[in-house]
Amino acid sequence: MTAANVAPDAAQGLVDHLFRHQAGKMVAVLVRILGPGNLDLAEDVVQDILCRALETWKYGRLPPNPEAWLTQVAKNHAIDLVRRRARFSELAPDLARHLASEWTLVPAIEASFDEPAVRDGVLRMAFSCCDPAIGTDSQVAIILKYLCGFSVREIAQAFLTTEDTVEKRLTRGRTALKARRDLFDFERDESDGLRLASVLQAIYLLFNEGYHGANDTVVVRQELCQEALRLGLLLTQHVALATPDSKALVALMCLHGARLPGRIDDAQSLVTLAQQDRSRWDRVLIAQGLGWLAESSSGAAASAYHLEAAIAGHHAVARSLDETDWRAIRGLYDALYRIKPSVVVALNRAIAIGMAEGPRAGLDALESIPGREQLDAYPFYAAAMADAHLRLGAVEAARGQLAIAVALARNPTERALLERKLNHVGGESWPSMS
Amino acid sequence: MSGSAAAVRYSAEARVVRARAERKDTQMQKYMYLFRGGDAARAASSPEEMQKHLTKWGAWFKGLADKGQFAGGEPLDFTGKVLRGSKKALSDGPFAEAKDLVGGYAIVNASSMDDAVEIARGCPIFEHDGILEVRPVREMQL
Repeated sequence: MTAANVAPDAAQGLVDHLFRHQAGKMVAVLVRILGPGNLDLAEDVVQDILCRALETWKYGRLPPNPEAWLTQVAKNHAIDLVRRRARFSELAPDLARHLASEWTLVPAIEASFDEPAVRDGVLRMAFSCCDPAIGTDSQVAIILKYLCGFSVREIAQAFLTTEDTVEKRLTRGRTALKARRDLFDFERDESDGLRLASVLQAIYLLFNEGYHGANDTVVVRQELCQEALRLGLLLTQHVALATPDSKALVALMCLHGARLPGRIDDAQSLVTLAQQDRSRWDRVLIAQGLGWLAESSSGAAASAYHLEAAIAGHHAVARSLDETDWRAIRGLYDALYRIKPSVVVALNRAIAIGMAEGPRAGLDALESIPGREQLDAYPFYAAAMADAHLRLGAVEAARGQLAIAVALARNPTERALLERKLNHVGGESWPSMS
Repeated sequence: MSGSAAAVRYSAEARVVRARAERKDTQMQKYMYLFRGGDAARAASSPEEMQKHLTKWGAWFKGLADKGQFAGGEPLDFTGKVLRGSKKALSDGPFAEAKDLVGGYAIVNASSMDDAVEIARGCPIFEHDGILEVRPVREMQL
């Protein structure tokens, strides 16, 4: 029976985001072999491989193992490229010796595509992307581009910015990356944990863009959060990188990510914590998050990730807003503020005080935030003030603050949320922007 | 007498003609779809877009199969050899402009050219600005 006579079984059987994730893995491994100087070549090769897969698979039949098919094609390309290019000075220095000989070329490339080697390659690429010399914006952009297979357009859409801006960020990142002789090596290049801290920060930023970002498409938000979690989990699989901080960041992402389905309703609108349908929260992810949080507590000091994860944990296990352990949350915010004295942390701390000790204490805390004027343009400060007034029965003051909040909204999603709140003044309390 | 014989013969012929016409109406014929081009759009797609596009093709072919319209189809590699003329001169091919290169084919059962064209309109190739050529397969008249 020839393939032509078989009825198509549809290409629906592909794992979600297979192309995107395979693109990231293949680019990482090819850069690992060919050297960071050949970044563009690696990217082109991967694009070709995916085009070929699309051309071949679109007739409705998939290979038994699509991932293995892609890997095999990538291996063949890598072998071909190394044979044809023969410019070994560009290749990864530690591999060049093996790649120079026909006897060892194929085994060396085979080994680079083994699963642990792929994981290692992706991590080394992530560490190479997080060069402190470039801004975190650029770090996140090149991570999305090369490790998560996002196009410039997709990054621009996700961050609600222009393709030009993304291009600029990418150029800075690409230049730094290509200047490397080989990929970052944890054993060799990391002495102080600083690079890991940059990587964690970039992952945290990526996650927050999904969780708090301005994009009002649930799918986009979820994708960014999932990509961040995927990279975080990769760290926990590496013995030297599964530090308490890495685990705490993963815990934080699980515990926040679990609430994402409740945070946005069927009409794609943001829903406040008070009004979220808690049955929509992902219980499995909450359990995983709590597990990671427990595992993360082996270190000497609690990082901001630990504290934020612990706060998210209290929210995740609470049956309702009133049954939330606000005293514990307040204590955690006190500790967080000592590590990370930002006005946004202070705002959340004040909200927790209001919930733990009553609206009067909350209002006092809100009004005495050091550097409070920095929050003048932040819609959720006015919204928090409105909530405190409302709980004190001062409806008019609450309406006034909500009108300010609406005027300060930074995007349609926020505006819709705050307008609804304004229209429902007199409704229940509304304590947090998270 | 002869008039009535003629009438009988006429009506018999009419029946045959009618039967032929009916058979033509209901009988499915094979059409070949030649898929060309779309490379530029494809090459500019992100991995995620490619996978989504792939899923659409899969769904389209599955729809054809479910309706009994699919009678085979395969992708073609872009490399090949061309033999030409009485001297059978051999060269590397295909020679068409890359944008017009045939990337694959499918055989579809349709009741008429109009029907075949209608089915072709649903093809995802147009998302990539590609070309779909519909050609009736000549069948042996029995």
